[in-house]
Formats: sequence, C-alpha cells, structure tokens
Amino acid sequence: MAEIFVLAEHRQGQLRDITFEMLTKAREIAEKTNAGLTTVLLGKNVRELAKTLAEYSPKVLLVEDGKLENFNSEAYQKVLSHLITQRKPVLTIIGHTSYGVELAPRLAAALNVPLATDCIDFGFEGEAFTVTRQMYGGKVNAKAVLRKSESYMVTVRQAAFQAQKPSVPINGQIEEIPSPLTEEITSKRFLEYVLPPPGGVDITAADVLVGIGRGIKDQSNIPMVEELAKSLGGVLACSRPIVDKGWLPSDRQVGTSGKTVKPKLYLALGISGAFQHVLGMKNSDLIIAVNKDPKAPIFSFSDYGVVEDLFKIVPVLKNKINELKAQKSS
Amino acid sequence: MDIIVCVKHVPETAEAELKIDATGKGIEKSGLVFDINEWDDYALEEAVRIKEKFGGTVTAITVGSEDSDSTLRKCLARGADKAIRLTDPKFAGSDAYATAKILYNAIKNMRFDIILTGAQAGDDGSAVVGPVLAEFLKIPHATMVKKIEFADGKAIVNRELEGGLEERLEVKLPALFTIQTGINEPRYVSIMGIRKAMQKEIKVMGLADIGLGENEVGEAGSWLTIERLYVPPVEKQAEFLTGSPDEIASKIVEILKSKGLI
Ligand SMILES: Cc1cc2nc3c(=O)[nH]c(=O)nc-3n(C[C@H](O)[C@H](O)[C@H](O)COP(=O)(O)OP(=O)(O)OC[C@H]3O[C@@H](n4cnc5c(N)ncnc54)[C@H](O)[C@@H]3O)c2cc1C
Ligand SMILES: Nc1ncnc2c1ncn2[C@@H]1O[C@H](COP(=O)(O)O)[C@@H](O)[C@H]1O
Repeated sequence: MAEIFVLAEHRQGQLRDITFEMLTKAREIAEKTNAGLTTVLLGKNVRELAKTLAEYSPKVLLVEDGKLENFNSEAYQKVLSHLITQRKPVLTIIGHTSYGVELAPRLAAALNVPLATDCIDFGFEGEAFTVTRQMYGGKVNAKAVLRKSESYMVTVRQAAFQAQKPSVPINGQIEEIPSPLTEEITSKRFLEYVLPPPGGVDITAADVLVGIGRGIKDQSNIPMVEELAKSLGGVLACSRPIVDKGWLPSDRQVGTSGKTVKPKLYLALGISGAFQHVLGMKNSDLIIAVNKDPKAPIFSFSDYGVVEDLFKIVPVLKNKINELKAQKSS
Repeated sequence: MDIIVCVKHVPETAEAELKIDATGKGIEKSGLVFDINEWDDYALEEAVRIKEKFGGTVTAITVGSEDSDSTLRKCLARGADKAIRLTDPKFAGSDAYATAKILYNAIKNMRFDIILTGAQAGDDGSAVVGPVLAEFLKIPHATMVKKIEFADGKAIVNRELEGGLEERLEVKLPALFTIQTGINEPRYVSIMGIRKAMQKEIKVMGLADIGLGENEVGEAGSWLTIERLYVPPVEKQAEFLTGSPDEIASKIVEILKSKGLI
C-alpha cells in the first residue's frame, strides 16, 4: 500500500503545532487515496512524543539516537534518506519552518524527489501531484504541478491547515527503527539556543496595539504614531522591516519570527499583510488596516479597511480621539 | 576570504498593482520597478563586510536576463569585485531547483570559502536555491542566518528559529549560508561608487559555457511548473471606510466608541 510520511517537528521536548496541522491534511489525503499514514519521529528520549503522535497517526516510525538530540539537518537528512529510500513513500510532508527550510530542499535534491515549498494546499489530482502556493508577498496564488515522479515532497506553510483530532480514535503502532547514523556529524554542529533579549515592553499584554510597517517610510515619523498609540491607551508594535532597520526594538515585532498578539484592537498602518506578519495578529478582536494599496493582502484579514495615505489619517484620528477624551474628562 | 553572493533581480511588488498576464502563468512585468532581492541586499552587504575585515574577493552572480545588469552594477558599486550574469533563452521557466543547477555549474570550478544567498526570493518565496546549491557542491550550509563569526577555519553562525529564538551552529568551511534580513544595515551607494561600477566588466555566460544540457534547465529541468495564477480568495473581507480623511477618522472613532475602546 502507498504510504505518506509526515515528519514530526519538535523542539525542547515539545511537539510543534505544525506537526498536527500536517497530520490533519495528511489524514485527509491518505483517506482519499487509500494510502497509509506514517509519522516519522527523530530524536533522543522522545518516546512520550511518539505515544502522543500515535493518537493521530496509525503508524509512527521512531528513530532514537543521541546524535538527534537537537535538530541538525545533516543528521536528519541521513536518517530520512535511509527511510525514504527503503520505504519509498509516495509523499513526504515537512513543515515550512526554520527546521523544514534547512532540511527539505537539500534532502529532496539528494534523493532526486521533486519538492514544492511553502504550500498552502496540495494533493493528487488524477495522475498529477498539484500544489497551491503564494507568490509576490501573498498578492498572487499559484497553482503548480510537480514533475511526475514516484515520490513527492512538500513543505507546508504554518497555519495553512487547522489542526484537528481524528474523528475516530486512532491507536497507532509505534515501530522503532535502529538509527542508521554510524558516525558523529562534524561538518555542522548545534551549539546552543540563544534567547531573545529580555524585552522592555510586552506587546502580548497590551489591549490596544498600533502596528506600523514599511509604509511609515522614515524613523522620524515614529513619534507621530507613538502619540496616536498613547491617545488610544496602547503601545506601538511593528512588522519585521521596522526592526530590521533598527527603528524599534525586536520585542515590538509581530509575526512568526516575533510575537503572536491578540489585542482588543490592532490598528495596522502601512503593513502589506505578508503571511509571516498576519499569523502573529490575525486573531485580534478588532483589526483596522490603513494602507494606500487597495489590493494589499492585509485587507482580507481585517474587519475594517481604509484605502488612504496613513499620514493623512493619523493626525486627524489622533486629534479626534484627544478631543473626545477631553470632552469626557470635562 | 573569497565569497560568492547569489543575487536575483526581482520586481518590487509591495506597493504595485499586479496584473496576471495573458498566459495566466505570470504577471505583467511592464511598469514594475525591478531591484536586487531584499534578502540578497543583506547577503551582499555581509559579504562586503567580511571582505573588509579579512581580505579576499566578492563575486556577485545572477541567473537572469540583461535587465539584471542594474542589480549586478549595484553590487559592484557596493563593493563586489566581480559580477557574472548567466543568461540563455533556454533558462526561461527555470524554477528554484533548475536555477540552483545553473548556479552550481557556473560555480563548481570557481574558488570560494563562502557562498551567500538570500533566505528567499521576494517573488517566488521558495527558499530552495541556497540549500540545493550546497547539496550539489557537497558543502555544509545553514539557512536564515542572522550572525556570522569565524574561529579556527570554522564559522559560528546564529540561525533564526521561530518567535525570536535563535540557535548557534558551528559549520566547517567552505560553506553556504542563506541570509535573513536584519543581519546588518546595507550601505548606501555613493555616486562615485556607481560611476566606478559602470566601468567594471560583467561576465556573461550561457548554457554551453557552463556545460549543461537543454533538458537540465528551463521547465524540463525543473521540479515545479506553474499552471495558473489567480488572486487569492479573501479570508475575511474588510468593510471599507470611505470619505475624506476627516470623515474616515470620525468613522473609526465611532467604531472604537461602540466597542468601548475609547
Ligand atoms: C522566515 C521569515 C520570517 C519572517 N517573520 C516576520 C515576522 O515575524 N513579522 C513580519 O512582520 N514579517 C516577517 N517576515 C517578513 C515578511 O515576509 C514581510 O517582508 C514583511 O512583513 C513586510 O513588512 P511590511 O508590510 O511592513 O512591508 P511591505 O510589504 O513593504 O509593505 C508596506 C505597505 O505599506 C503600504 N504603504 C506605503 N506607504 C503608505 C502610506 N503612506 N500610507 C499607507 N500605506 C502605505 C504599501 O502599500 C504596502 O502595502 C518574515 C519573512 C521570512 C522569510
Ligand atoms: N535567478 C537567480 N540568480 C541568482 N541567485 C538566485 C536566483 N534565484 C534565487 N537566487 C538566490 O537564492 C535565494 C533564494 O531564492 P529562492 O530559492 O528562489 O527563494 C535568493 O535570495 C538568491 O540569493
């Protein structure tokens, strides 16, 4: 029977959300195509994680080895090459995460298995394996087909699929495979984790966030939006380019490589709405976006949209709020 | 240290209106402004900084049409010593995998200690070229790098994980690193620098020069072929607030009042 592989992703003893998102999609494809679903778990002392995975997957392949204690793409590549060559899965599913991005392209090239990255949808359509992915910062979707092959590989965008428990309880079988790693990996070695510097402002605790993006144009414009944030009783947050430029400290960054926030109000000013940003704020109670581009992806995640130059809106809005507050207090 | 930087000439699309072209498989390029891929800008800067510190050379290399010369000139102006453009009609339709193959065949006989690429290209967002190129060259790699240091013939790099977390890795040289934004602050180019760069040569090579067959590049040599582009369906359609800035601001205030936010 054809088999689908899902690579379980975990860090510091925890399975990561993407694992369950991938498993949900993989179960759907397995059912449709009558394929077996196998979760591959690599690590050291991860038997407990294997037990959890067995509730989501009829089969769990477990490879334990001290050399797999921390993620190392070279060690992973060796083990997965071994497993994929031996078992020939029709499809291998890996997360489009910092781990997956490090691992999948090189693994696919080594095995000569066609790969599509950062997929938001994928599946077998007749003879073809097709994927949907985004281009141009999320402004366009592309439906693409992978070169015909006996085996395919995809990396999956975070939150593209909603993780669900299986409708019928699964009591999967855990199969332990002896580690094929014979020697230490010396060309690339994990040294340590580096934690973000302890932040001054905790944007995850704020009720009101004014998020600024590249549309703010210049550092000198930041005091203006900072005042608006104050008037609203909130704090400033931002997209990645603002941190990259050093205009705001990294603890203000919202998104996959920053913080996930859920304020009562997120006011997005000059932010295009790339998925890495959106993932960090889309569950806010109320989202209002100001962007001069009517096609900016941020508008498809917002409750209210304003297609206008933010520099025309911000000063007027701040005045009106201040007036209202003055009225109330008098 | 001899460093090769892979750069891509891409359209700036954040503020532009995109139109899907007549084939349905691409976007209309006319009217769009092209520039160096944002991530490659940081990669080039990092290469120049390493050269300034340790000596050596920086070579910028691209797979693209003649239009890419402006991106290569920018690299030369910012401190690259050499520029190579890989151009051939047969390269059209190459995906990230085929592009990595083309780059590999051009690079394999060159001397280098480090290769830098961007973490991803802003247009296709594949994040594939760097690691695949490293696999072809059989050298170690690390992706989404935010810091590079050197000790005893090895590189110590910080890679970005999720949520602000990073990991430190030790990587043997020669190696390939894909560079994440924010690793440095790319310098501005002086007018002098641009003038000087105009005089430097850009070496151009085609399919035959790098010894690849027709079927190894373009669509035939790719993993992925685009069938159709379309505008993404909206997840949640925003209600648009219209009017003068004053009217819009009033509407926002009303919404905030109704939600008890002010
Ligand atoms: C691995 C990885 C992780 C990442 N992590 C994050 C992350 O955690 N957080 C994050 O934010 N990004 C992240 N990114 C980057 C992300 O892909 C985008 O590049 C980024 O979010 C874009 O920021 P932006 O919207 O501010 O800029 P742009 O995309 O350049 O958008 C600027 C917007 O401002 C608008 N604008 C310009 N001028 C005005 C004006 N006067 N008035 C109104 N609107 C105006 C434009 O129309 C445009 O829509 C990550 C990328 C990668 C590869
Ligand atoms: N056509 C190209 N020419 C040279 N380098 C490229 C090209 N396409 C991609 N790259 C490099 O590979 C990186 C990742 O691109 P991608 O895999 O397409 O997301 C880019 O940041 C560039 O450094």
